[in-house]
Amino acid sequence: MSAPQAVGLQQAARSAAPPRRGRFTAARLRRNPIGIAGLVIVLGTVLVALGGPLLWRVNYADQAWHRLLAPSLAHPMGTDELGRDELARVIHGASVSLQVGIIAVLIAFALGSTIGVLAGFYRGRTDAVLMRILDIIFAVPGLVLAIMIAGLLGPTRTNAMIAIGIIYAPAFGRVVRGSALSIMGLPHVEAARSIGASDLRIVARHLIPNLIAPVIILVTVYLSTAILTEAALSFLGLGTQPPEPSWGNMLNTARSYMELAPWLVIYPGLAIMIVVLGFNFLGDGMRDILDPRLREV
Amino acid sequence: MLRYVTGRLLLVIPTLLGMSVLIFAMVRLLPGDVVDAMFSGDVGATAAAKQAVRSSLGLTDPVPLQYVKMVGGVVTGHLGKSFTTGEPIAAVMGRALPITSELAILAVLLATVVGVPLGVLSAVRPNTGTDLASRVCGLLGLSVPNFWFATLALLVSSLVFHWVPPVTWIPPSRDLAGNLSQVAIPVVAISVYLLAVIMRMTRATMLEVLGQDYVRTARAKGASSRAVVFRHALRNSLIPVVTVIGFQVGGLMGGATVVEVIFGLPGMGYTLVQGIYARDYPVIEMTALFLAGVFVFVNLLVDLLYGVIDPRIEHA
Repeated sequence: MSAPQAVGLQQAARSAAPPRRGRFTAARLRRNPIGIAGLVIVLGTVLVALGGPLLWRVNYADQAWHRLLAPSLAHPMGTDELGRDELARVIHGASVSLQVGIIAVLIAFALGSTIGVLAGFYRGRTDAVLMRILDIIFAVPGLVLAIMIAGLLGPTRTNAMIAIGIIYAPAFGRVVRGSALSIMGLPHVEAARSIGASDLRIVARHLIPNLIAPVIILVTVYLSTAILTEAALSFLGLGTQPPEPSWGNMLNTARSYMELAPWLVIYPGLAIMIVVLGFNFLGDGMRDILDPRLREV
Repeated sequence: MLRYVTGRLLLVIPTLLGMSVLIFAMVRLLPGDVVDAMFSGDVGATAAAKQAVRSSLGLTDPVPLQYVKMVGGVVTGHLGKSFTTGEPIAAVMGRALPITSELAILAVLLATVVGVPLGVLSAVRPNTGTDLASRVCGLLGLSVPNFWFATLALLVSSLVFHWVPPVTWIPPSRDLAGNLSQVAIPVVAISVYLLAVIMRMTRATMLEVLGQDYVRTARAKGASSRAVVFRHALRNSLIPVVTVIGFQVGGLMGGATVVEVIFGLPGMGYTLVQGIYARDYPVIEMTALFLAGVFVFVNLLVDLLYGVIDPRIEHA
């Protein structure tokens, strides 16, 4: 998934230079239907993940004899090849996707921002060495690297999260470093230095606050790709393992029965698409609000 | 210019070496090897027997020596043999590469031919229903998982037309029509994402260019709006689009993996995944190195071509 990497990087990098952050206001939100739609979808997903199991009190692992049943009142999304309720499994998949997306992006964020801040702050040789390392990781196509890490560490959800975190770390590293470099050249940083502010104070008071806007944009962009990548890995059998349902592995199993039970390939895929779309909408909207200059990109 | 090109080419060497260390280390340091995978069902296998197989495959050599052998193999062109089938890696790749290349090239062509006009269309009518619809469609294209799209397309084709693509690979040289019907669904599935990227990029750069002074001048002197859009705006706005397409091609060869697996097309990504399941080190190393190498070189080429397409850019 390198397209949002390329595009997201440029956008986030451009949004850094002079810190001119926008503010969230009601008026701005109203003029931003795509962003609002995104927010609604994302909040809806969170609600489904948290509240779904309380409202739809069916265990996703309960097997029954009525297999591959078409959608009905008792099973709104039908049942799968082992007679398990598809709706309960899709609901569980929501929490899996959100969990993987959030943790993987946090890993990428923690690794990448640390490297980026160090490189941008110390510059010189530290910068050169750290950036070469990121370049090397960046030079391996994302999905190939994720498949290798997840496949070799062993196929579990934790390893999939680690793999996704590692492949997106360079993106955070580059953007944070680029922004840090430009911020370090600003007059107020020089002023802080001249009155004898410590390194830590400059990083905490001047650098990090100005990095928030580009990082927020990156986080939303990568939440959507992280969820997509987890689904792809699980689909290949390298992510979440059955019997625990995730949208990716549900789709993979359902392929064998798709002519008999098309709803089994429709619902999990639709779920992935809606959630990813939600984050993409939200990312697009946030960009408009946080960084009006990027309005059209 | 020549100095710039040479400099960039030299910079690729450390990147490639670093990549080879990364890939080699990942393959060696992590748990389980090919011998464990081979004997996984065989409880009676003695440790000595396993060790003998390891030694015959060169797995008992010191790790640095194994690395040197791998790099030496790449440099001299002796890529080694698959641990599991004994087939030379060169033959394995010779079979896989044309398949993946065909998928990638056709997908890029399709995405460009459809994506650029759609992007232009939405840019010439900003802030209208068309524009909003195209923005939503663009984001939709970024959000559809290609493996789901491929599965749905298979489902529709099977239920409605009672036809599914054949599972054994038909080379285009033997039966072009058969080959094209086989790759049609995979190509469309792979291109959806790229199409959305190209469309969004075209729209963004077109909007930027349409606001420029020289476009207003062209309009003011009475040029028809068709001429303004195609002669003045589009040609200039395509520069960043071309680079985005270029960057995508390199990644696409690996990105086709999931679709290759679904359709059982034995391309590079498919071979890599099979190699990982079997812990077949030479297969994993060489396919991964190749995919990563293509990515690096295509990106380099795009960087260099950028100066040719856009003469304003000077390499210092």
